[in-house]
Amino acid sequence: MAAGDCSAVELVEACIAAQGAAADLNAVVAATAEQARAAARHADQRRHRNEARPLEGIPVAVKDIFCTRGVATTAGSRILDGFVPAYESTVGAKLWDAGAILLGKTNMDEFAMGSSNETSWWGPVRNPWSPAAGPSLVPGGSSGGSAAIVAARAVPAALGTDTGGSIRQPASFCGVVGLKPTYGRCSRWGIIAFASSLDQAGPLTRSVADAALILQHIAGFDPKDSTSADLPVPDLHAALHGDVKGLRVGIPAEYRLDTLPVAVGDLWEQGIAWFRAAGAELLDVSLPHTRYALPAYYIVAPAEASANLARYDGVRFGRRSAGRDPDDLYTRTRREGFGEEVRRRIMIGGYVLSEGYYDAYYLRAQQVRTRIAEDFRTAFREVDVLLTPTAPSSAFPEGAKTDDPLAMYVNDIFTVPASLAGLPAISVPAGLDDDRLPLGLQLIGRAFDEATLLRAAAALENAVGTLPSPMGSA
Amino acid sequence: MALSDDDVRRVAELVRIGLDESEVKPLGEELSRIFSWIEALREVDVAGVAPMTSVVEMQLRERDDAVTDGDCRDRILGNAPAADEGHFVVPRIIE
Repeated sequence: MAAGDCSAVELVEACIAAQGAAADLNAVVAATAEQARAAARHADQRRHRNEARPLEGIPVAVKDIFCTRGVATTAGSRILDGFVPAYESTVGAKLWDAGAILLGKTNMDEFAMGSSNETSWWGPVRNPWSPAAGPSLVPGGSSGGSAAIVAARAVPAALGTDTGGSIRQPASFCGVVGLKPTYGRCSRWGIIAFASSLDQAGPLTRSVADAALILQHIAGFDPKDSTSADLPVPDLHAALHGDVKGLRVGIPAEYRLDTLPVAVGDLWEQGIAWFRAAGAELLDVSLPHTRYALPAYYIVAPAEASANLARYDGVRFGRRSAGRDPDDLYTRTRREGFGEEVRRRIMIGGYVLSEGYYDAYYLRAQQVRTRIAEDFRTAFREVDVLLTPTAPSSAFPEGAKTDDPLAMYVNDIFTVPASLAGLPAISVPAGLDDDRLPLGLQLIGRAFDEATLLRAAAALENAVGTLPSPMGSA
Repeated sequence: MALSDDDVRRVAELVRIGLDESEVKPLGEELSRIFSWIEALREVDVAGVAPMTSVVEMQLRERDDAVTDGDCRDRILGNAPAADEGHFVVPRIIE
């Protein structure tokens, strides 16, 4: 656009057309096309006046968990039916202040609880890599709509949130880049809360450079979020040179699972070889408490969720079911408004926080979490980043895991440990498996060292080269 | 760790989620499976380990005790399922 080859209006129209063509994916739950057209005209005028801002005219889709002023926001839940926020999330406001244009609220697992986008009140999202014949594949989750719409080339970037892998795992399943920043790097204000000590906003994009660009503009201190870090945001673009000579890359032994599919293991080995060829130093490290991360997560996250979701009572916002008295109203509203997985996790959380069980479950899980964070601290004395697979498989068919919650939870086995420790991590598309489905590799960095993380990610992306698109062409 | 039917009913009441009587047993079995998987945490030696209270190292900030927002009653009530004369409306509490 800076070169004048394309206007914001043209770009937005192209994305609106592409989102229309991709309507069968069910990735977008609110289109915002008219608002985007008006914003694009405004962007072109600014550019014409030489007042273009850094992201002037760039359309961005936003997961439906970010409050958008005047645009319905449901977090994929029936219980928020009819909710129209009176305010904008901080990260959203920062994007629009930098010139970006909201184009589409994206489908997601209800309240971000899921790894397949199948728990959404709006219905499942189809992965654009699904074969034309045969069952629909899931896009991963919970930011499944954001990953699918970027993969379908219908928007250059989307925002997601990541609590235990909800940006990285769908990025891996859909063949896009997904970045979870350090906990505290981006404000959580105006993002509908799932698990407050884990939730982080981040970008899903087609390239590492685009992820860095979006992060640059959504990161930063916000007094409205008490856990927002009052630290300067480094120049992330400068980190993208991708020179990893001498960079110490750790390979955690505990991530080598016996159950890992051959294609995933082979790609990980290929990743190790790519880094070695680029001049990095590869080191074996140990994260001994890795196997306890998922069980600890399934105490901490539901506990926090049960507290955060207590606010949905049918009184102040969203959907209400009729009741004879307030208690009956709450009980019916929550039964009818929440889906099965959300009810299940609220039950888990309510149980582990209830009298007599708190020490045995929640307190112990938080102690294990300290152990997991110590594992990473120890490893990062020897290495600069860690390289692992993002997910234990490629995209699976709809319905394959909906009957077994534990089988679904295991999707996040490689992403949850970094979440519990608050560390930044990125999934980079690194190859295709035998079914020609994308697989990502994950890099995990030190707290607030997104610059080194992105440098390693850029090197990985360079080594991978160009992968095909889900539509066949490159 | 197995949850009894009474455990399931008690927690459902605590979290204000209505349950049909027919759902109690299957939900209890499902939650019991999840909790027996979580039991693995008992293997970890956590003696003397402080529970994580802050995800990344930071000091909680204080701010001036001053009003920074407000005057938005009608915008807030605009999202209420039922509102009247500047108030949220709930079913009658006192007979």
